Amino acid sequence: MPRLFLAALAFMILAVAPAHGQLTIEIVGGAGSTIPIAIVPFENEGTWPLGITGIVAGDLTRSGLFRQVSDAGIVPPPTRAEDVRLGDFRARGADAVVVGSMRPMADGRVDVRFTLLDAVKQVQLASVSYIVTQAQFRATGHKIADVIYEKLTGDLGVFSTRIAYITKQGNRFELVVADADGGNPQAIVGSNEPLLSPAWSPDGSRIAYVSLESKKPVVYVQSMATGQRQVLANFRGSNSAPAWAPDGRRLAVTLTKDGGSQLFLINADGSGVQRLLSSGGIDTEPSFTPDGRAILFSSDRGGSPQIYRLTIASGAVERMTFDGSYNVSPNATPDGKGFVFVRRDGGRFLIAIQDYATRQVQVLTSGPLDESPSIAPNSKLIIYAAQQGPRGILAGVSSDGRIKQRLVSPAADVREPAWGPLPR
Amino acid sequence: MRKWIIAALMFAAMAGCSSTEEKPAEDTGAATTPPATTGGATTGGATTSGVTGSGVTGAQAGGGIPSSALKDPRNILSRRNVYFDYDQFTVKEEFRPLVEAHAKYLQANRSARVILQGNTDERGAREYNIALGQKRADAVKNMMLLYGATEVQIETVSFGKEKPRREGHDETSWAENRRVDIVHSGE
Repeated sequence: MPRLFLAALAFMILAVAPAHGQLTIEIVGGAGSTIPIAIVPFENEGTWPLGITGIVAGDLTRSGLFRQVSDAGIVPPPTRAEDVRLGDFRARGADAVVVGSMRPMADGRVDVRFTLLDAVKQVQLASVSYIVTQAQFRATGHKIADVIYEKLTGDLGVFSTRIAYITKQGNRFELVVADADGGNPQAIVGSNEPLLSPAWSPDGSRIAYVSLESKKPVVYVQSMATGQRQVLANFRGSNSAPAWAPDGRRLAVTLTKDGGSQLFLINADGSGVQRLLSSGGIDTEPSFTPDGRAILFSSDRGGSPQIYRLTIASGAVERMTFDGSYNVSPNATPDGKGFVFVRRDGGRFLIAIQDYATRQVQVLTSGPLDESPSIAPNSKLIIYAAQQGPRGILAGVSSDGRIKQRLVSPAADVREPAWGPLPR
Repeated sequence: MRKWIIAALMFAAMAGCSSTEEKPAEDTGAATTPPATTGGATTGGATTSGVTGSGVTGAQAGGGIPSSALKDPRNILSRRNVYFDYDQFTVKEEFRPLVEAHAKYLQANRSARVILQGNTDERGAREYNIALGQKRADAVKNMMLLYGATEVQIETVSFGKEKPRREGHDETSWAENRRVDIVHSGE
C-alpha cells in the first residue's frame, strides 16, 4: 500500500509539465472545392509580436475547406466594414472578406473586433467584439475562426476545442492535452509504463484513462483543473476502456472481475458498479450514443469481432456490422447519425463510418495500421492514429473522406487521440 | 495482502527456530521432478511443515514443492511462456505439460499465487487487444483449474499489445508477443 501511495505522489509531481514538441498539422488531401477568403491584417495588429489573423488563417486553411486570397494592392487595407470595397476583393476571386481592429484599452487589455462580409451576396455575416489580454490572443483567433467557419459552412467550428493523446518516447509515456491545432501541448500524466484510452468528460473538466503502472490495467479519472487523480476502477483482473455517459455522472468500463471482459456502468467517483451485460465472449470498447440511451461496443459473441448496440433500458442487443471479419473500436458520432470504427480488410486496418439509417459503410482511410478513431464535436472530422514508417502519428480525415490531414510530431510516437468537447 | 504478511511472519518465526538449516534447496539438485520431492526432505528434515529453507511455500504438511523449483532451469516450472496463434486463445497441446506443472505447484502450495499476464501482437485495436490478451490469460487459468489449482490462487490480467517483448513488425516478433506469462507472487 505505501508503495502505491508513493507512486501516486510521484505522479502529482510530474503532472502538468510542458510536453516535448508540438504537433504540426499538414493537409495531405483537400476537398473538391474550397471557399476563397481574404483575411486583411487587423488595424494595429503589428503592435504585438503574436497577431490574431495568422491564427485565424491557419485554422481555416488547415480545415481544408478554405483557401486564402491575398489582399495585396488594396491600399489602404480596410479595417472597418464600411471601408471595404467588395469589388476589389471580388476582382481577386474572394467570396468572403474578414476585416478588424485591435485597440489597446486603458487597463492594458485589448478590444478585438472583426467583421465577416459575403462578397458575393454583398452582406455582412457577422461582427463580434472581444475584450481580451494578450495571453488570450491565440484563443481569440480560434474563436474568430469558429465564427467564420460556422457562418460559411453551416457547421460548428471546432478550432477552440482541445485534443488529448498519448506519446511514447523510449520507455516514457505521457498523456498530453493540446489545442486542436496542436498548440499549447501540456503533459498531464507521465509514466514509465504504458498509458492508453484517454476519454474526456462531456464538460471537458476531467479525463479518464488507463494506466499499466501497477502491472495491470487500472482506470483513473484526473481533474484538468487540479491535476489530481483518483482510481475509477481497480478490481481483480483487468480494468479498461472508459467511456463517459453524456451526463458526465457515469462511465461505461470493461472489467474482468467476474470472468471474461464484460461491460459495467460505474459512477464517476468509482462507486455503484453495475454489470450491463452477460456474454460468454469479449464485450469491450463501449461508446455512448449522444442521447445516452444506448452503448455501442465490440464483441466476439458471433465468432468474429463485430460492433453491437446495447439499448440500456431494455437490455436489447443488436448487431451493427456485418461485412468483414473484424470491425472494432466504435465511436458514436455526436450528430446521432452513426459511428466511426476500425475495419480490417485483408491485412490492413482502416477507419470507416457507418450510417444507422442506411447501414451504409464508407471507408475513409487506406491504412495500413489505422486505429483509435475519435470524432470532433461537429461530426465533421475524425482524428485517428496511424503508422508512418516505424513511427506512430496522428492523422485527420473529414467524415466524407475528402480532406486528409497529418499531425506531425517532431520526436515521439503519438497515438490514442481523443477529441475534447466544445468549450462551454 | 494480509495473508501474505501472515505467511511471511510465520516463515520468519520458523526460520528463526532452525537457523542452521538455511541451505537453499536448489543446492541439493533434487528439484527436477517436483511432485517426487517434498520440501522437508530436501532441506535435511528441518520440520514436517513443508517450509523449505529457500522461501515461503506455506504448503500443507508434506505436500509442498519448493519454490526454488520455480527458478531451477532444469525444472519445467522455470518455463513461464505460453504461446498462441494469431487471433487464437486456445492453449496449444505442446504447452499443456507446462501449464499442468504450474497448476500442480499451486495445488501443492495452497498459499502460492500466480498472475497470468496476457499479451498480443501489434495488429488490431489497443482495447480490443487488451480483451484478447485477457482471453488468453483466462484460457491458461481454466486449464490450471482443471489440473487442481484454485480460483483464488490465480489472477488474470492483460497488457494487450502495450508491452511487446519484441518491437519488430514481422511474424517472428508477432509470434513472440502472442503470449501469456506465468508470474509467481514475489517475482
